[in-house]
Amino acid sequence: MTHLFKSTRTVLLGGAALALAATALNAETLRWARVADALTMDPHSQNEGPTSTFLHHVYETLVSRELDGSLAPRLATDWMIDPEDPTVWIFELREGVTFHNGNAFTAEDVVFSLERVRKESSDFKGLHANVVGAEAVDDYTVRVQMDGPSPLYPQNLTNFFIMDSDWAEENGAETPQDYAAGEEAFTVRNAMGTGPYQLASRDPEVRSVLQHFEGHWDETPEVTEIIYTPITEDATRIAALLSGEVDFVQDVPVQDIARLEQTEGITVTTGPENRTIFFAYDMGSEDLRSASVEGNPFADPLVREAMHLALDRDAIQQVVMRGQSVPGAQNVPPFVNGWDAELDAYGPPDPERARELMAEAGYADGFSVDLNCPNDRYLNDEAICQAFVGMLGQIGIDANLVSQSRSLHFPLIQNDESDFYLLGWGVPPFDSQYVFDFLVHSTEGARGGWNGSNYSDPELDAKIQSLATETDLEARDATIAEIWQQVQEDRVFLMVHNQVLAYAARDGVNVDVDPENQPSMTRVTFD
Amino acid sequence: MNRLARLWDSDIAWSFRHSPVAIVAAVVAVGMIFAAIFAPWIAPSDPFHPASLNLMDGFTPPGTPNAFTGNTFLLGTDDQGRDILSTILYGARISLFVGFASVIFAMVLGISLGLLAAWKGGWVGTLVMRIADVQLSFPSILIALLIFGVARGFIPPGQREQAAIWVLILSIGLSEWVQYARVVRGATMVEMGREYVQAAKVIGVHPVRIVLQHILPNVMGPVLVIATIGLALAIIAEATLSFLGVGVPPTQPSLGTLIRIGQQFLFSGEWWILFFPAMALLALALSVNLLGDWLRDVLNPRLR
Amino acid sequence: MLAFILRRIAQSVVVMLVVALISFTLFRFVGDPVASIVGQETSVADREALRERLGLNDPVLVQFAGYVSRALQGDFGISYRLQQPVGELILSRLPATLELALISGFFAFVFGVAFGVYTALNRRGWLSNTIMTVSLIGVSLPTFLIGVLLIWVFAVELQWLPSFGRGEVVDLGWWRTGLLTPSGRASLILPAITLGLYQMTLIMRLVRAEMLEVLRADYIKFARARGLSNRVVHFGHALKNTLVPVITITGLQLGSIIAFSIITETVFQWPGVGALFIQSVQFVDVPVMAAYLMLIALVFVIINLIVDLLYFAVDPRLRVERTPARA
Repeated sequence: MTHLFKSTRTVLLGGAALALAATALNAETLRWARVADALTMDPHSQNEGPTSTFLHHVYETLVSRELDGSLAPRLATDWMIDPEDPTVWIFELREGVTFHNGNAFTAEDVVFSLERVRKESSDFKGLHANVVGAEAVDDYTVRVQMDGPSPLYPQNLTNFFIMDSDWAEENGAETPQDYAAGEEAFTVRNAMGTGPYQLASRDPEVRSVLQHFEGHWDETPEVTEIIYTPITEDATRIAALLSGEVDFVQDVPVQDIARLEQTEGITVTTGPENRTIFFAYDMGSEDLRSASVEGNPFADPLVREAMHLALDRDAIQQVVMRGQSVPGAQNVPPFVNGWDAELDAYGPPDPERARELMAEAGYADGFSVDLNCPNDRYLNDEAICQAFVGMLGQIGIDANLVSQSRSLHFPLIQNDESDFYLLGWGVPPFDSQYVFDFLVHSTEGARGGWNGSNYSDPELDAKIQSLATETDLEARDATIAEIWQQVQEDRVFLMVHNQVLAYAARDGVNVDVDPENQPSMTRVTFD
Repeated sequence: MNRLARLWDSDIAWSFRHSPVAIVAAVVAVGMIFAAIFAPWIAPSDPFHPASLNLMDGFTPPGTPNAFTGNTFLLGTDDQGRDILSTILYGARISLFVGFASVIFAMVLGISLGLLAAWKGGWVGTLVMRIADVQLSFPSILIALLIFGVARGFIPPGQREQAAIWVLILSIGLSEWVQYARVVRGATMVEMGREYVQAAKVIGVHPVRIVLQHILPNVMGPVLVIATIGLALAIIAEATLSFLGVGVPPTQPSLGTLIRIGQQFLFSGEWWILFFPAMALLALALSVNLLGDWLRDVLNPRLR
Repeated sequence: MLAFILRRIAQSVVVMLVVALISFTLFRFVGDPVASIVGQETSVADREALRERLGLNDPVLVQFAGYVSRALQGDFGISYRLQQPVGELILSRLPATLELALISGFFAFVFGVAFGVYTALNRRGWLSNTIMTVSLIGVSLPTFLIGVLLIWVFAVELQWLPSFGRGEVVDLGWWRTGLLTPSGRASLILPAITLGLYQMTLIMRLVRAEMLEVLRADYIKFARARGLSNRVVHFGHALKNTLVPVITITGLQLGSIIAFSIITETVFQWPGVGALFIQSVQFVDVPVMAAYLMLIALVFVIINLIVDLLYFAVDPRLRVERTPARA
C-alpha cells in the first residue's frame, strides 16, 4: 500500500513528497536499478559487466581494483613472483575469512577455483591461459605455475571469484554451465562466496535481494540490504528514480544527466570510464567489399589522414555526448599504462585540408563505403556514427550507415567482414598490452581476435609478443611507447573519445563512479 | 450534367458536406499528404543529406537562435542538428509511402486471393482461407518481425538499409491482406449466386471480365473502408516496428523513427524532438482514421 | 464430428511445425549467439569450438529436426542468456503475461461494450462524438509512446502509480500473482490501459455497429411495438444479440493482446514472456525465441480450435467454413 499512501501525501505536500518518501525508508536499504540483470550467479560462466558487478557483492577476488586503477589486497594480502623462479606467482591469503555457510576460506578453495575458471565452459579461461597449475603450499599460501614469465598476471585477477570448494563438490558444481549440456547448473541460481553480502532472494530479471553477511571479515558497510532491479528502457529507469521508486540508477543516459542534475532531490556523479570509442577501417585488404571504387582507399595514408582531419571530436563531445565524454586521439584511457598526453592530443578539424588530401590521393570525387555501427552497445553509438557520416560527407566520403544490434555487429568485426566500423574497447588489466593483443596484433592464434583492420606488421607483432614475458618493467614501458608511436603514425585507429559514466541517486546517497563501471555498494554512504 | 456536378450531388458527397468532422479530417489528411509529396520544395533543408548538417546546430529549441551557430529553426532541431520541420516533412513522406505501398500491396494480394478462393472454390479456396485463418489469428506484429528476420538473410548486408523500407512494406502488407481476402471472397460468393453472373457464365463471358465488370465494383465499398483504416494501421505499425529495432535507417527517419528517437529526450528537457513528430503522426493517423470511420458509416446502407 | 476435430488437430500440428521451421530459418539471421555468449577475450578458436558444440554449424534442417524431437520430449533446451531450462523459464514468466492480458482484455471488453452501447443509442449526441473521436487518438499513436506518456504523467508527475514492474507478488503454487497485493494491483493499471486501449476501441466500434444493425431488425421493432420499455429493448434484446460476435472477437483478440504485450512489457519492465522474447532477440537466445514462437503458435491454434468447435456446435452447416465477424 506504500505507493498509494505516498500518493496522498504527494497531493498534500506537493514537491516535498519525494524527500518524505525517502526518509520513510529504512536508511540501510538501497534500491539499485540498472539496465540489465546479472545473467547468472555462476562466478566463472559469464565475463560480462552487470554479472561481474553483481557477483562482486557475493563473491570475492584475490585482488581488487581501486578507483584509481591500482591493485589492492582482498582475499590475498600479498602477492609476489617467486624470487627463485620467474614463472611462479605466490599468493599469501587472508586468514579468518569464512564463506556464507561457515566454511573456512583456505588455499584449497583458491586452487579449486583456479581449476574451475580454466575449464572449457568457463568464459574467463582466456585470462588464465598462461597458467599451468596451482598448488596449496599451506592453508594460506598458493603457488601458481605459469608457462613463462608473466609479470602482469595479477592484473587479470580482478574478476576472478573464489568459490567454496566443499560446497561446489557437494552440489556437483565443479564446472561452469555448459550450454550444450542441456540442463541447468546448480550455480546458476545459487552462490557460495565470502563476499560482504549474501543472496537472500533472487527472481532473475525482476528483483534480487542481498543482505549483509554478518561474518564478513571487513568493516560493516552502511548499506546492509540491497534490492536490485533491472529496468531495460532508459525512460522507465529514469522515471523510476524521479518517482522515488529506486534510490540509485547506475546507467544514466547522457541526455538525461543535465536535467537530473537540476532536479531537486537527485544527485548525479560522473567520472571517466575505462572504455574508448573509436572508428577503425580495413587498411590491409586489396579491395574493399562495399566501396564504390576499385582498390582500397583506406590503404592510402592520405585518405586516413583526411578522415582524421574530418572528425570534429569537440562537436561530438558537446552535442552528441552533451559534454559527457573525454575526447582524445590515442585509443587507450588515460589511466591505463602506456597512455601518453602527447599522443592523445588532437588538433582542430580541417575539412578543407582534408579535401586537398583526398584530391591528392586521387579521390577528388570521393567514394562511398559502408559504415558498420552498433546501436545498443555504447553510449549514443548510433548517433556518433550518424554525426561522423555528416562530417565525412563534407570531404566527399559518402558513408552508408549500417547500424544494427551488437549480436550482428560484433561478428562482422571478428569474422573480418566490415570495411569501416565503430567499436568500443575497455582495458580491464589497465595495461596497453591488452589493447595491442586484441586490436593491433595480426589475427593469429589467441591474438588479434578483434583486429578487423587487417593491419599486420611482423616486426610490430614481435614487439607485442615480447610484452607478455618482459619482466623489466622499464624496458617494457619503452616497448609500449614504441608500439604506440607506430600505431599512431600509421593511424590504425580513429579515436573519438573515452566514455564517461554517470550514476544518479537520490540526495543523501553517495556513490563514487568506478572506472570499470563495477561500483561496490560497500562504498556507498548515506548522509 | 458533367461528372463533377454528378459527384457533388452523390450521396457520399452530400454526407461529406454535412459532416464537419469528415471535412476537417479530409483537409488535414490531404494537406499532410501534399506537404509530404512536396517536401523537397517546402522543407527548409534536406535532412537526409548528412553532409549538409551541422552537428553544432543540435538541440536548438524552437524559434530560438542556436548558442553556437546563431541559426534559428521554426520547430527546433534534433540531436543531429536536423531541422525538425524538415525531418517531419521528409519523415511523413516515408511513413506515407510505407503506408500507401503496403496497403496497395495488401489490397492487391487480398483481392486476388479472395477472388481466387471464391471463384475456384474446392481445395484451392479451402487452402487460401485456411492460410487466411491462421494468419488472421497470428499477431501481425510477429508476422512482420518474422518476415524482417527472414529478409535479412537474403539481402546482402550493404543493401539492407536501402532494402529496409521494402521489407517493411512487404511485412506490413503481408500481415494485412487477410481482411481484403475475406471481404472480397464473401461478397463474390454472394454475387456469384446472382442470376446475372450465372447468365454471363452460361453465355461464355470470360471470367476475368465478369469479375472486373460486375463483381469488383460491388466490393469496392468495404475494400475502401478497410484500406483507409489500413493506411492508418500501417503507419502506426511502421512506428511500432521501429521501436522494436526493425525499421528504416536513422539517417532517413520516418515519423515513427523520429518518435522513437524523440522519446529518449522526454525527461531531458528537449520536448520538441518528441512533441512535433508525435503531433504530426497523431494528426495524420487520426484524420485518416476519422475518414475511415465516416466512410464506413456512409457506405453501410443499413445505417442510413 | 470426430473426423472434423481430428482433421483440425492435424492441421494445427502442421501450422505449429511451419511456425517452428520459419522461426528456425529466421534465427540464423538474427545474429550470432556465440558473440553474445562469450566475453571479449575469447579466442577465435574457442568461439568456433563453442559454435560446433552447440550444433550451430549443422544445416538448418538438422538443427530443426533435433529441436523438434527434443521439444516433443518436453526439452526446449537451455537459455543461452539466463542459463535456465527454457520450458521452466517461460512457465515462470507466463502468469505475468496472462494476468496482464486478461486484465487488459477485461478492461477493453467492459469499457468497449459500455462506450459502444452508449454511442449506438445516442448516435448524434456530442458525448458520443467525443467518445468516438477520443478513442481514435488511442489507436493513432504507437503503443510504446502511449506507455511512456502514461508513465510520465501518472508515475513521475502525479506519482499516483508505479512506473515499472509488478509490485509485491504472492506465489500460489507455481503461479505468481500480483492480484492479491495492493501494490501488485496498482502496478497493473498503467500497463493494462496501455495494452487494452487498442482492443477497447475495436470492441467499442464493433458493439456500436452491431447494435445499430440489431436495432433496425424486425424483432426489435416488434418488441417496441409490443410496448416494451426502451431499457428492456436495448439491453434485454439488442445487447444480448450483439454480445455473441463481440465475445468471439474478444476471444480471438486475446492472442493479439498476448503478442502486443511484447511492447507494453518492455516499456513497463513487466516480467512476462513478451519482455523475455525481446531481450532474447537482442541476445540471440535461440532456444527462448523458438519456444516463445511455438507458445504463441500454440495459443493461436487452441483459440482457433475452440472457435471452430463452438461454431461447429452452434451451426452444423458450417462444416469447413467459418466466418466470424471481424472488424
